[in-house]
Amino acid sequence: MSDKPRKFKGGVHPKDSKALTESKPIQDAPLLDSYKVIMHQNIGAPPELVVKKGDKVKKGDLLAKAGGFVSVPLHAPTSGTIKAIDKCPGPTGIAVPAIEITADGEDEWGSPFDPIADWKSADPSELKQRVWDAGIVGMGGAGFPAHVKLSPPEGKTIDTLILNGAECEPYLTADHRIMLEHAEDVVCGAAIIARILGLETAVIGVEENKPDAIAQLKEIAGKYKVTVQPLPVNYPQGAEKQLIYAITGREVPIGKLPMDVHCVVQNVASAVAIVEAVVRGRPSIDRVTTVTGKPVVNPGNWRFRTGTPIEKALELAGGVNAQPAKLLLGGPMMGIAQSSLGVTVMKNTSGILLIAADEVSLYTSEPCIRCGRCVEVCPMGILPATISQAVENKRFDWAEELNVMACIECGSCSYICPSHRPLNQHFKRGKIEIQAQLRKKK
Amino acid sequence: MNVALIAIVSAGALGLVLGVVIGLVAKAFYVEVDERVEGVEERLPGANCGGCGFAGCADFAKAVVDERATPGECPVAAPEDVSNIADYLGIVAEEKEKKVAVVRCAGDCANTVRSLYNGVRDCRSAVLVAGGAKGCDYGCLGFGSCADACPFGAIEIRDGLAVVHPELCVGCENCVAACPKDLIIMVPAAADVHVYCNSSEKGAAKRKVCKTACIACRKCVKASGEEDHMLVDGFLIRTNYENPPPPELVEASACPTTALRQATKHAAGAYEGALK
Repeated sequence: MSDKPRKFKGGVHPKDSKALTESKPIQDAPLLDSYKVIMHQNIGAPPELVVKKGDKVKKGDLLAKAGGFVSVPLHAPTSGTIKAIDKCPGPTGIAVPAIEITADGEDEWGSPFDPIADWKSADPSELKQRVWDAGIVGMGGAGFPAHVKLSPPEGKTIDTLILNGAECEPYLTADHRIMLEHAEDVVCGAAIIARILGLETAVIGVEENKPDAIAQLKEIAGKYKVTVQPLPVNYPQGAEKQLIYAITGREVPIGKLPMDVHCVVQNVASAVAIVEAVVRGRPSIDRVTTVTGKPVVNPGNWRFRTGTPIEKALELAGGVNAQPAKLLLGGPMMGIAQSSLGVTVMKNTSGILLIAADEVSLYTSEPCIRCGRCVEVCPMGILPATISQAVENKRFDWAEELNVMACIECGSCSYICPSHRPLNQHFKRGKIEIQAQLRKKK
Repeated sequence: MNVALIAIVSAGALGLVLGVVIGLVAKAFYVEVDERVEGVEERLPGANCGGCGFAGCADFAKAVVDERATPGECPVAAPEDVSNIADYLGIVAEEKEKKVAVVRCAGDCANTVRSLYNGVRDCRSAVLVAGGAKGCDYGCLGFGSCADACPFGAIEIRDGLAVVHPELCVGCENCVAACPKDLIIMVPAAADVHVYCNSSEKGAAKRKVCKTACIACRKCVKASGEEDHMLVDGFLIRTNYENPPPPELVEASACPTTALRQATKHAAGAYEGALK
């Protein structure tokens, strides 16, 4: 590995707006009267409910068990009573099943797991089982079950573990604060994951715009044989495939996974959750989320329990001082627009972002002028302009031929397009239609 | 002179030889064509809509002749077309009930809460952004994916709402799959009264976002008396298409939100501005 990371092809440089929250320490959000824990928080199969209405639960008790291998269990964010198993607005705008818990105010821990203090000599399979039992998912935003990545199938060897601390998404500073304030846990988490994978070392990739976090991590990294790799600032540096290329020079082929190039990537927040689960015996029931945006009175970083309504999170941040025009879960590039304040914080909610009315420009989509800027910035090397035309004309077979499935939905093309074409939305649609067709064929 | 003669004679001889070869080849490779396929195709409506599941009318005609399909499977064909084909083939035609599409939503722009949406003008794309920028999760988005899918121009987009013109609808079902909200169902053409709402939310929640939602007040259920014209399904009333209600029921039940409508009047715009 060279000291100088490679620059992946393409990418954009949106205004990062991180100054709003990057110096705000993580605060614990106060206990609420009730939580609505969304059932299906992970990619893969939804978990299966194990509690019923009226049950009393302690903090960290199992609410739902994994519904398959690519699925994770769900735990109670506080002690209390199950008030209802009902519907709650979901992050995609469709109501989803959720477990409503009325807190009893005691916030008393159950006894979920025994801490494994001596993880250095523990059996890797025991550690991996713990990661699964604790319900840990990729906390960078995707929500992919962590244990699945740590279980490479027979014949696939892993030689590099990368911890993703790039946090290239504008506005978000949750991972930055975690790396500053919980540097020891981040590095220790890297070492635990490395042990599960049978590796000696790990690399933590951090964008250069977080020099304090890099310095902090470097100080501790040596203790666990972990290295810290500063990365150039370029969106989407934190995308898995781009990160692997920057650090190892390996390209993940289209349709393949990082494990096909012998890499595993985990988010830094997931690493901290793994330390909590292994060393302290605590399941994944909270996460650090950035609440930010120009209209927010007091933006900052909070540790929210899963099931905290967005409305309460915004109240905590002092409310708004201007009419917001848009609410996003995640950052401005890949975040999902919300239609309800009733959506609750999930394990993969990295940010809650409000955009003011005067920051939003209502563009009209114009015809493509064939300038090719989208092709220049596409980090996956596909042809956004052509693919968008294929999707617009419902030529999904053509879109598939043009590798729309390789699109990581980073939004760089939509960001750069001078005709303001909703390219990213076309690709999302195309991918969904192609997947539906594939399912039909099966 | 001589040259011209050679040319004419040689070209003529060549033509003769090739003609004989072509004739022989045509004889040797002759493919038996069932002329009934053409006969059936002539008697089909020829819309090529694909509603039958085959690749157009010619393919369907072939399937009918091969007895892989029955004439009644053509959704566009009128009953007399079907019996016509059956007579032609000498088979017995089964009874076919004509069906039409209904979009189970009455929430146009005037009656529903909507957020500002500036993306792709297509329902299947719009639904990817916060479920479609409409206050109601179940309602019609009104970008016309169904109207685009309709080969007969039977669906009109009026003030952000898809409205079916029952007299133009032939029942090909192309629109059903196009709707990302699963709002379109096929109902017997004889039924004219439908509940134009598909939201299973509680009444108060529905009213907050839509003035024309069915609030399950059951006035229509009571108005139908002993007859089970209307079925209660949680917080929603549905039409019982096994025993469809008469058009008079709409007036008799005086639906407070006008969710209960006559399809023909709805298509004619009779309910627009009915709510203050």
